[in-house]
Amino acid sequence: MADLTTTFCGITSPNPFWLASAPPTDKEYNVRRAFEAGWGGVVWKTLGEAGPPVVNVNGPRYGAIWGADRRLLGLNNIELITDRPLEVNLEEMTRVKKDYPDRALIASLMVPVNEDSWKAILDRVIETGCDGVELNFGCPHGMSERGMGSAVGQVPEYVQQVTEWCKKHSDLPVIVKLTPNITDIRKPAQAAKDGGADAVSLINTINSITSVDLDLFAPEPTIDGKGAHGGYCGPAVKPIALNMVAEITRTPSLAGLPVSGIGGVTTWKDAAEFIALGAGNVQVCTAAMTYGFKIVQEMISGLSQYLDEKGMSSVDELVGRAVPNLSDWQHLNLNYVTKARIDQEACIKCGRCYAACEDTSHQAISMSEDRTFEVIDAECVACNLCVNVCPVEGCITMERMEPGTTDPRTGKVVEEEYANWTTHPNNPGSCAAE
Amino acid sequence: MSNTPFTPGIAPARLAPATLEENFSDLHPRLDDHEALVAADRCYFCHDAPCMTACPTDIDIPLFIRQIATGTPEAAAKTIFQQNILGGMCARVCPTETLCEEVCVREVAEGKPVEIGRLQRYATDTLMEQGVHPFERAAPTGRKIAVVGAGPAGLSCAHRLAMKGHDVTIFEAKPKPGGLNEYGIAYYKSVGGFAEAEVDWLLKIGGITVENGKALGRDLTLGELENDFDAVFLGMGLAGVNALRANGEAKDGVADAVGFIADLRQAEDLATLPVGRNVVVIGGGMTAIDAAVQSKLLGSETVTLVYRRGREAMPASRFEQDLAASKGVRFIFNVMPIEVVGNGSVTALRCEYTRSEGKSLVGTGETFDIPADQVLKAIGQTLGEMPEGLDLAGGKIAVTGAGRTNLAKVWAGGDCAAGGEDLTVTAVAEGRDAAEDIHAMLTEAAG
Repeated sequence: MADLTTTFCGITSPNPFWLASAPPTDKEYNVRRAFEAGWGGVVWKTLGEAGPPVVNVNGPRYGAIWGADRRLLGLNNIELITDRPLEVNLEEMTRVKKDYPDRALIASLMVPVNEDSWKAILDRVIETGCDGVELNFGCPHGMSERGMGSAVGQVPEYVQQVTEWCKKHSDLPVIVKLTPNITDIRKPAQAAKDGGADAVSLINTINSITSVDLDLFAPEPTIDGKGAHGGYCGPAVKPIALNMVAEITRTPSLAGLPVSGIGGVTTWKDAAEFIALGAGNVQVCTAAMTYGFKIVQEMISGLSQYLDEKGMSSVDELVGRAVPNLSDWQHLNLNYVTKARIDQEACIKCGRCYAACEDTSHQAISMSEDRTFEVIDAECVACNLCVNVCPVEGCITMERMEPGTTDPRTGKVVEEEYANWTTHPNNPGSCAAE
Repeated sequence: MSNTPFTPGIAPARLAPATLEENFSDLHPRLDDHEALVAADRCYFCHDAPCMTACPTDIDIPLFIRQIATGTPEAAAKTIFQQNILGGMCARVCPTETLCEEVCVREVAEGKPVEIGRLQRYATDTLMEQGVHPFERAAPTGRKIAVVGAGPAGLSCAHRLAMKGHDVTIFEAKPKPGGLNEYGIAYYKSVGGFAEAEVDWLLKIGGITVENGKALGRDLTLGELENDFDAVFLGMGLAGVNALRANGEAKDGVADAVGFIADLRQAEDLATLPVGRNVVVIGGGMTAIDAAVQSKLLGSETVTLVYRRGREAMPASRFEQDLAASKGVRFIFNVMPIEVVGNGSVTALRCEYTRSEGKSLVGTGETFDIPADQVLKAIGQTLGEMPEGLDLAGGKIAVTGAGRTNLAKVWAGGDCAAGGEDLTVTAVAEGRDAAEDIHAMLTEAAG
């Protein structure tokens, strides 16, 4: 049985599954139950300055999109940071950490961009015995209007500055949480690193309007007829999060910077994918908010089983395994020629591949009177759309043409050697290089 | 002391009123909104979908299911009604397991089809309950068409003709319109007076007059109709029933299943319907199944269905057979009735085992008696007396193309016409297609 114990930027937890700073981690009651359920760590709901706490709207805070059977695919929120007094949160954190010394407890922080404010809050949270701090530079709604959250995360200079203050005024590991609402995620990540951050975590939520009420003509969630953009999360954002994590982990100047992967982690498999792309652990929110804390048990058993099956004895062995295989388009092998193949035994004759290819792609699938669907190799460009729309997993596959055979579409012999765009004769750049 | 299943002879009220009510409640209740969304989501929106091809009325099934999935069941209903104005009834009575759902790719792949029938009911009920009739009549043409029979074929034909602007008069032999929808289907397949409500809804198109109690041959002649109208559509169904041709057929307690089912459909109070303690139903079609199941539901102690061939040859689908078996109906295959036993009233049905010899069935000589207080015959229906000059084929009205008979102004469709299965949905298709043909011919003549 693989050991899931993970040490992330110096913080050890019994497994790599942490609850992200969010409603599930807003109070002692929840966090104790989360730890009892098996979560390896918790990033406490973001703390603000001492004094009167923020207030939330009193109408709906969440909006959602659903898939089949009302499965929640995406969640949008306009909730602010914790609206409970700082003192209460700090007392609770202290008690919880004392009772669960083996679990990671991280304080998420968001205060105005001035050194005194950050020093003040750090002085307070250090006393709780927490294992580290996470700087919330990510929330894109509400607090950002007051110059905090993503308003900081979108300016690399601010990110670096605040990180430096935090490193200066505490010895705790500093994790910088990044906003995806930015053109190039590597810039704030680099700023965090340059500021001395011990790790980055990403992604925070994405600016979003989940839907529009077509009777009220108002964005959802609707507060008294009006709506404001919120932050989008849940399974729907995972591909965006995976890419942003990978952008960081594959960048040489950011090499070695630990990454906590966040964004739509719902199952052990999602977690394993983030970890394979270089995340040292993952943080979960929407899945817990949808199904409750118990889901961590599936994540633990699934990841353990996977590591066992791969002959890996620890999570560390999985970290970054897919990073070397992430490439730029220009380096993809143009001599790798594939054709779609339809397994007639598995085919249920729905014809979706045909409709997709005939109407929107390359007219490379034929349909017979008896609904037999076959690939026309002379037209197939191996786009994979048929695979994607086929309802039967494994029915359509992309099979590589053997080197030496002739591609009936191009009339050219498939070459064995790797060759990419940089050397392709159609590339003006490649000619100039000669 | 009220009756029980063990009360000898033929008796009413064998079960408590509450049990009867439960037994005859809706077989497949309407899906609720969420169930419909989940069921609709299973549809793959197949290209050139097999379900559409299998539907006798060619309903665009993937389209209507997608319309349900996107929250517009009213639009889904219009898609259905464009092809099948009796889509509400068909959603209840179609043997979907041998039509659209049988060829659904998910049936083929997983043995679990998209629930097309129930989705169709969800859509059609939604629109019909709003009291909305989704079609408008074209400008009046001044043409008059007579339709004989207010069953599925006649109603479908009349609606399409009325929609085209023609004036239609339907002559119906029975006191109520609806045909087999009203008189001939199992109670639990269409509850709450749906058949009657559906006819009322259909007639909202306008331009259709229904004259009940007018039978062809009795109250009108085909010649009169040909003289008085621009065209005639015959959709009067099958009025006669086949005889058993076994000794003792005239004994008390022997009846036609068709009549038994009609009495059930029209009963004000199910507790007034008499049924045998031991019932034997003869036949292998839907009528036999419906009679057998409903006898059991009325409280018979034993119900036995005897069929002269093997299970595989039975016209009723496996789904219907299993439904009957689940209600406690016993099936005996490969037997034929040879004598109704009893002194005045039936006490048993004597049967003989059969085997195939070439194309015909012969008795094996081995016989046995099944105790019976009531014998219901469901061995097929016949056309009955037809006007002279009308060509017949195989005991039905001969037709070519879209229901054209040998007479220039006369069309026919539904069970009385040759060709096609005797199904509600087939009758609807034939009525509709004949209407289109009549319309084309009338407009051509006018043009």
